[in-house]
Amino acid sequence: MSLLRLCLVMLGLLVLAVVFAITLGETSLSISQYAQALIHPASPPGEVLWTIRAPRVAMAALVGAALGLAGATMQGLLRNPLADPGVLGVSAASGLGAALCIAGGLAAVPGAVEVGALLGALVAGGAVVAIAIRLREPEALILFGVAISAFGGALTALVFNLAPSPVAIAEILAWLMGSVENRDWTDSLRALPPMAIGAALCLKAGQGLRMLTLGEEAARMSGLRMSRLRAYAVAGAALLTGAAVAGAGVIGFVGLAAPHMVRALVRDDPRRILWPSALAGALLLVLADLAARMVPTDQELKLGVVTALFGAPAFALLAWRAARSWRA
Amino acid sequence: MTAAWSIVGARARQGGRLVLDAAGLTVQPGEVVGVVGPNGAGKTSLLRAGLGLLPLVEGEAFLSGRRLQDLGAAERAALVGYLPQDRRLAWNLPAEIVASLGAIDLPEPQALAVARDRLARVGAAGLAQRGVLDMSGGERARVLLARLLATRAPLLVADEPIAGLDPDAQMLTLDLLRAEAVAGAAVVVTLHDLTLAARCCDRIAVIDHGRIVAEGAPAVALSSRVLASVFQLDGELVETAVGPVLAARRV
Repeated sequence: MSLLRLCLVMLGLLVLAVVFAITLGETSLSISQYAQALIHPASPPGEVLWTIRAPRVAMAALVGAALGLAGATMQGLLRNPLADPGVLGVSAASGLGAALCIAGGLAAVPGAVEVGALLGALVAGGAVVAIAIRLREPEALILFGVAISAFGGALTALVFNLAPSPVAIAEILAWLMGSVENRDWTDSLRALPPMAIGAALCLKAGQGLRMLTLGEEAARMSGLRMSRLRAYAVAGAALLTGAAVAGAGVIGFVGLAAPHMVRALVRDDPRRILWPSALAGALLLVLADLAARMVPTDQELKLGVVTALFGAPAFALLAWRAARSWRA
Repeated sequence: MTAAWSIVGARARQGGRLVLDAAGLTVQPGEVVGVVGPNGAGKTSLLRAGLGLLPLVEGEAFLSGRRLQDLGAAERAALVGYLPQDRRLAWNLPAEIVASLGAIDLPEPQALAVARDRLARVGAAGLAQRGVLDMSGGERARVLLARLLATRAPLLVADEPIAGLDPDAQMLTLDLLRAEAVAGAAVVVTLHDLTLAARCCDRIAVIDHGRIVAEGAPAVALSSRVLASVFQLDGELVETAVGPVLAARRV
């Protein structure tokens, strides 16, 4: 399948999922109410669709796309199918950065949480790459990811420990679990610029990621400027992850699962996988958020909880397969 | 004539150990030069240092007469193609995509055309669509050789290109590199098989403890004295109807 066709199919599926997600919800509407919502967006059914559900779905799609693209980029750069912002601790560090901002009472300052999340993502992303340069074996990197995750988690626990008030703790906790509840259009608009820059950087790294298939030395001798590629890919993935974490909290495993869904369709190509991974990530998260809303529980399920419930077993399965191929 | 590659007085360290000690090598267009030596003698280090992959403590390297440090990444890539010893590939890409990475300077359709041509040349035309991780080691080696040939560079450097290949594939590989030299390229290979080295190379450089200890036509470079002092072999090159053969036993 050509890349364009694959992307169009994925886009079609995404549009379908978005329509579903906007149509379905706790408040069930009749056909005439849907018609009313479409014709008069300011009517009460219109309010439900366009100011409650649609922005939430948009945020889920944006965050999913960002995480999918970030995951695909990190997998390409590190030549490791298990790389993902969550597994490598980039999300945890980003969450820490944001938690610090909230605990510091900066939650109301526009852009503060975003900057905190972004800085956390950049520091962890830089650390991961600094370590990856010195490692020969791909599985070793995952161990460092575990360490970075654990350290990020420990520091976040410290933030809880020293938090000024229970209100701040509850606020951070709710946010760390990951959710796109009650998002409005300005939240999406705020997430867009860093995501767009991050996406541009990742796509620019595409050809370099493909050359890296040969190994670093052969790629360098073919004219690849390794330090530039690293800077693009890490900055791109960190911007995407940071913006996603700032927008929706810590949502794990999307960056891992999205590239995996489309990998066979692009014949493992680390450049061609980028766009389809973004679309697959958006699709996954829109569906996961729909599930979070529709599962009848007293407390609405948090999106991050849903993705972790499905993502962790998927990660185990991928790790099992990868470990077998490394042994071979 | 400008040498395609020259390494002068190269001294380099790796992990604190001196791996190159005033080593030098000059390669002219149209010749095949073999670099031989025992394990750990510095064959790979010499190639890597001469390509800028291993920093030189002392000495200099030139590609087509231009100082290595003065060349940008793209300029350097246009002057040399490199086939590393490590044949691991990260992803299961189709063979033709892997081979096309050699012709990265061309737009994708042309690069793929070059890739298919080189795959045919190495006898792997039928593998073009196959994933490189689904192949045997020998098949993958052919694809990587096609990638090297696709660079169309005036200097081709291959580190142990025949290690682990069956005899037919070994000779095919060296014949293909020879054909590139006939077409005007300079070719440098590291080899462990001294018989094949003597048969396929115009010139041989023997490296030991990071120094070039003998250099010249195969019969000169691989003299009985060198075989004994460098390789701990008691023997000599014997001329036969199909070319020289190493007849030797351990000292």
